[in-house]
Amino acid sequence: MPKDSGIGASSKRREDVRFLTGAGNYTDDINVHGQAYVHFLRSDIAHGRITNIDTSAAEGMPGVVKVFTGKDFEGVGGMPCGWEVTDRHGAPMQEPPHPILAQGKVRHVGDPIAAVVADSLEQARDAAEAIEVDIEELPAVLDMKAAAQDGATLIHDDLKNNICYDWHLGEEDNDKVNEVFANAAHVTTLDLINNRLVANPMEPRVAVAEYSRGTDEYTLYTTSQNPHVIRLLMCAFVLGLPEHKVRVVAPDVGGGFGTKIFHYAEEAFCTFAAKACNRPVKWTASRSEAFMSDAQGRDHVSTIELALDADNNFTGLRTNTYANLGAYLSTFSSSVPTWLHGTLMAGNYKTPVIQVNVKAMFTNTVPVDAYRGAGRPEATYQLERVIDKAARELGVDPIALRRQNFITQFPYDTPVALTYDTGDYNGTMDKLEAAADLAGFAARRAKSEANGKLRGLGVNCYIEACGIAPSNIVGMLGARAGLYDAATVRVNATGSISVMVGAHSHGQGHETAFPQVVADMIGIDESLVEIVHGDTSKIPFGMGTYGSRSLAVCGSAMVKATEKVIEKAKKIAAHLLEASEADIELKDGQFSVAGTDKSVAWGDVTLTAYVPHNFPLEVEPGLEETAFYDPANFTFPAGAYACEVEVDPETGQVTIEAFTAADDFGNIVNPMIVDGQVHGGIGQGIGQALLENCAYDENGQLLSASFMDYAMPRADDLPFYAVDHTSQTPCTHNPLGVKGCGEAGAIGSPPAVVNAVLDALNSGGTAVDHIDMPMSPSRVWTAMHG
Amino acid sequence: MTQVSMTVNGKSVSGDVEGRTLLSSFLRDHLSLTGTHVGCDTAQCGACVVHVNGEAVKSCNMLALEADGADVGTIEGQAAEDGTLNVIQQAFQDHHGLQCGFCTPGMVMSTAALLKDNPRPTEGEIRKYLEGNLCRCTGYHNIVKAIMAASGQDVSSIAAE
Repeated sequence: MPKDSGIGASSKRREDVRFLTGAGNYTDDINVHGQAYVHFLRSDIAHGRITNIDTSAAEGMPGVVKVFTGKDFEGVGGMPCGWEVTDRHGAPMQEPPHPILAQGKVRHVGDPIAAVVADSLEQARDAAEAIEVDIEELPAVLDMKAAAQDGATLIHDDLKNNICYDWHLGEEDNDKVNEVFANAAHVTTLDLINNRLVANPMEPRVAVAEYSRGTDEYTLYTTSQNPHVIRLLMCAFVLGLPEHKVRVVAPDVGGGFGTKIFHYAEEAFCTFAAKACNRPVKWTASRSEAFMSDAQGRDHVSTIELALDADNNFTGLRTNTYANLGAYLSTFSSSVPTWLHGTLMAGNYKTPVIQVNVKAMFTNTVPVDAYRGAGRPEATYQLERVIDKAARELGVDPIALRRQNFITQFPYDTPVALTYDTGDYNGTMDKLEAAADLAGFAARRAKSEANGKLRGLGVNCYIEACGIAPSNIVGMLGARAGLYDAATVRVNATGSISVMVGAHSHGQGHETAFPQVVADMIGIDESLVEIVHGDTSKIPFGMGTYGSRSLAVCGSAMVKATEKVIEKAKKIAAHLLEASEADIELKDGQFSVAGTDKSVAWGDVTLTAYVPHNFPLEVEPGLEETAFYDPANFTFPAGAYACEVEVDPETGQVTIEAFTAADDFGNIVNPMIVDGQVHGGIGQGIGQALLENCAYDENGQLLSASFMDYAMPRADDLPFYAVDHTSQTPCTHNPLGVKGCGEAGAIGSPPAVVNAVLDALNSGGTAVDHIDMPMSPSRVWTAMHG
Repeated sequence: MTQVSMTVNGKSVSGDVEGRTLLSSFLRDHLSLTGTHVGCDTAQCGACVVHVNGEAVKSCNMLALEADGADVGTIEGQAAEDGTLNVIQQAFQDHHGLQCGFCTPGMVMSTAALLKDNPRPTEGEIRKYLEGNLCRCTGYHNIVKAIMAASGQDVSSIAAE
């Protein structure tokens, strides 16, 4: 029987009412009296030296307040990187400057050269066209392997080469790895590309900044997943402002998917310009600008090798990856191909020897950073593709091969630095096999074939490290920030509760799910609990929402703060009931004395806390508690996905006929929201597999710079999904036993789709081991017909 | 500047606009009806869909002056006076047909236009009709389900919401 409230209930989302009636408050909906508008003049050349900028004509244009160039930012800090990766020799990564406006060189199409602030947006745009810029064009560096060669054109003149770092994880002894492969009964090798993607939340980025000379205070409204992180980075590392004078507000945010984690130049620019112009300043990205300036995702080129013994046990795994970082280091870009990727190469399998090698490259492209999954999809794709290829080469069932090699004992220390606390991979696979009716596949294939179509089944597993992250561990790995989170539970006199959280909701439904937890703990109606988020002037210092962390980390802080509230409330209740505190029980919003019929209601206790006429002298008045929670370990959501496709052999068109996900997220607070998160992730994963590709030409021109050219999944590209979340092994180290669900769909689905297409083609007599994503009809047709 | 007048959500409005002012800008910037969203600059995403004389229109792709004298409906005019959600809005909430909410106004307005012409669309008809409305959050599952529910169809056999 499904619950109708509290933890485990599919409570309808309260935030929906404002979104459905046009009453949301997104950043572009905010207008400050007297605001001016910013337009950035962006480079249309991928790589070049700026020899001259003449802004004089633009400065005289109607409505122009001020024109800024890189010169205005000399002496101001650049955009910081939040994670210092150490290379295989122990040296720090190469970390080039990342100016707010270009200084000396442009390094990608979209690199901002100048900015016009004017009375209207149209005037700012018109004036930007009057800025004269002379650029001496340099060869664009795009191919990662060529970029790594000695003598390659340097993107950053003061670096020794274009390699940010050459990194390694797992087995260091090459001889030992070589021996494993030499002794293998079978070795499967696969070269593959994880295609570059653009996150494309439907809301483009916006920044509105205002400054008051009277109080020397700034307010920045911005489309961010983590307002406190933006404030810290911008104040401490870029503009040198005292944090207490800067308020950062991330109001309703229209999707993030990682790309709104990062501190962007436009945020710092608007904050700086608001003071310089003594006027509020607003910038709204066009979609074309978003394609040129939002950090992009993925873009790995990898070779993976899997060694198996004569019994088909995995004995070794080695991967070599070139990871594209783009022209500059974005906030967390360095961590993605390393600690969020290499550490996941064990997958769900007990492979004893693993070696991961990653060369991270600068190229003349838009910076690359975390996009839904961030490193974990790249790891999963490599691993789950090579396992399927091995099964095909060995003539064994791909599910049986996986089951044979599953980790079954927990906790499990992987050879790549993680300790999985819990899981049940066979149990989850059982759920998948039932939910997807895999037993009925042969009949469905026969039916498709009778209609002239090829049908394929692709299955894969995934594991991800979420609940990011234990600060002491990530600190050792190079993170320049802690990754705890925080919550303040403020009980009001009449018993309602405001919970101020560091997490930020931009589609995840925190405003509904978080109150379910607090209300459940106290035994009051969910409607009495409200979440406050997204404003540094209101919330405690929390790190925001990404990495499927909100409930596992911030939710844990909220539980701890609520526990403190309950503990204090029990003291007050004990006083009112003239009983011992140890005898007080809280159930259904009533404090009672164990074994008696004496009780006092939640609301009476909260009122007493604020009207303390009859109050225990040793207890402070009021009822408000804050907790910070730093996780002891990552959480490890895991699952098994199945995709069924039909391929039209005449055209190469792939149609998704069925997609089934079986996930183990541990305990679940709101099943409706969790299912929705998985749906969305699968939609993005299918998009990567079949449609999406961020493409540059040989000169570094961005070919896919609008929705005309970048194929976003549309409703008729996607099916209904079946999702099963009944496999539940609760996380062992956080109070709710939750693991996180936001990224799973995007991590788990691309290999299932590719494996399914390859299965279809092989069933039709085409021996093909690989097709790169996106598997467009032309790529599939070419694979079939050569 | 040219004066433009129209009826928006049943009220007469007017304003001075440039020839290049888009209907979406007029609604958002002149009338402060910020429920109409702009998610792209190529008329692809559909977050800006409004009704002009009863037809679904991408308001980023129409000049304000072209709507002179027109009857315009926006997301702000969809619920009842007392705030009660209409059938489509309620179905989107009941079936979790939105996450971040940014595409939602356009989805609701497009759905209203679809159901006016086709009161009981099939799944395939809904998916085809929504080709001009992008959503990045939901994978469309619950949007399609919500639209089927809004049109009175039994959606209990469709996988979990």
